[in-house]
Amino acid sequence: MDVEKQVGAGPTRPPGFRDTTRGAWRRVELASLRVPFRVKLALVWLGVLTVLGIMFALVQFDLTWMGEHARFIFLGVPYTLLLSVAAIVLAVILAILGSLARLSRNPVAFGVSGFYVSFFRGTPLIVQMFLIYAGLAQIGSNLRNMGYAWGELLILEPLVAGILALGLNYGAYMTEIFRAGIQSVAHGQAEAAQALGMTYGQMMRRVILPQAVRVIIPPTGNEFIAMLKDSALVSFLGTVVSQMELFRRAQLLGTRDFRPFEALILAAAMYWALTTIFTYFQQRLERRMSKGYVRAGSFQLGGGAGGHAG
Amino acid sequence: MIASVGDGPVVRIEGLHKTFGPLEVLKGIDLEVEPGEVVVIFGRSGSGKSTLLRCVNWLEEPSAGVVEVDGIRLGPGHRTRSKREQIRRVRMRCGMVFQEFNLFPHLTAAENVMEGPLTVRGLDRTTARQQAMEQLRRVGLADKADEHPIRLSGGQKQRVAIARALAMEPTIMLFDEPTSALDPELIGEVLAVMKALATETRMTMMVVTHEMGFAREVAHRMLFLHEGEVVEEGPPSRILSEPQDARTRTFLAAVL
Repeated sequence: MDVEKQVGAGPTRPPGFRDTTRGAWRRVELASLRVPFRVKLALVWLGVLTVLGIMFALVQFDLTWMGEHARFIFLGVPYTLLLSVAAIVLAVILAILGSLARLSRNPVAFGVSGFYVSFFRGTPLIVQMFLIYAGLAQIGSNLRNMGYAWGELLILEPLVAGILALGLNYGAYMTEIFRAGIQSVAHGQAEAAQALGMTYGQMMRRVILPQAVRVIIPPTGNEFIAMLKDSALVSFLGTVVSQMELFRRAQLLGTRDFRPFEALILAAAMYWALTTIFTYFQQRLERRMSKGYVRAGSFQLGGGAGGHAG
Repeated sequence: MIASVGDGPVVRIEGLHKTFGPLEVLKGIDLEVEPGEVVVIFGRSGSGKSTLLRCVNWLEEPSAGVVEVDGIRLGPGHRTRSKREQIRRVRMRCGMVFQEFNLFPHLTAAENVMEGPLTVRGLDRTTARQQAMEQLRRVGLADKADEHPIRLSGGQKQRVAIARALAMEPTIMLFDEPTSALDPELIGEVLAVMKALATETRMTMMVVTHEMGFAREVAHRMLFLHEGEVVEEGPPSRILSEPQDARTRTFLAAVL
């Protein structure tokens, strides 16, 4: 705001300043400088909403229909959350195992985890979903035909296949996040733990992982928010009626009543609300943890980790 | 004075070699440390003194030779399950103090000291806490028990680190340049704790340091390491006032 005053008021101009803009445009510029940024921002949002409103009017937006069917679409939220929460839990477990394996000298652990990360990061999520849903079912039914009854177990419900695919896929990405988090803990910490006589497991549980968690939590929150949205892909597996998540409900209902725009806007708004809520909580969590760094002793600001060399 | 305590050496090192790739850091070290003895190891940077210390508790794997600690004899080779277990036993008997303190930043001072007894020795929390407070009193930091390391000065951190090592009730303490990372005015408080440990507790100690005043006062024996070999050893009175080897003389002239 200080800048505005300076430019607006004549006397503060440097002596060599030559006014090159003239007339109406200059007056607009000067007037604009007096409008606070927040007001301009509000005007921009208003403009965007107006454009959207015009679009809504053009498709003859059916608000009544939306009001009547919002509840049905909203019933998909619990399934979207169930999918995402179950999948993130699976992903975290896989990421812990995967990252420890990536850091181990055991050739089997290192090799298997390397294959896992490479495959699930290197292929599309939707392909993985169908591989797990349709591919495993094919193996299962073949096994069953060969006389192995347990082949039945490989024929999965769409919801289960979706959780597995999302968990495996995100677990692969998060393996790298966890690995980086573990490696961010100073080497001296491992030595101090070993010098006390801790086993590898004790060292990880008591010393390394508690410190790595601080680095790991923020990006894991991001992954969860991304997963909320990717959970919509499960609908392509043809989710059964009783377990339909958000997008599937919107899509089916919109198609049936020939109101795809209204239905999808509702679904989008609900995803948006979910991600906004979780982003808010994630930011609060991050703030709380960064406070903890300063108050409770941070390894970044120079704990025992070795930042105080000389 | 030394020979009267206990029976047999605490540490016995025979023909210890250590190579890092093409670099031979230790070229055949033989050393015995008697119970209650304080051995100061000094030498130029890169002479292998830290490596020697780290071979005692297996933070470095010897390339050849034997390291025996408190009767546990181990040589190089594949770390089988039973060998890993023995290495762990060796480590439980060696308290180690690092140049960079390496305190656990997510734990308070008391929790740092409790961690070994709780996790490794399997003590219950109440006993571990009591013992931790005792150790912290011993290093003069009982009032800082519930502070996190970030709130402590370098000297205080190093004293907590000493308390953490002592809480494991080790038979020998290994000090790896414990005052090198400290501001000059903080060195004294750490050396005072170490001195008390040597003279009052009669702790067996191997100390890598350049603090010649400490060595003169406390050490029973000094070892001068040069390019991976023990060039000269003897009581501080002789080593410091009439060193025999030219390399020892050059080094001492630079340090003193």
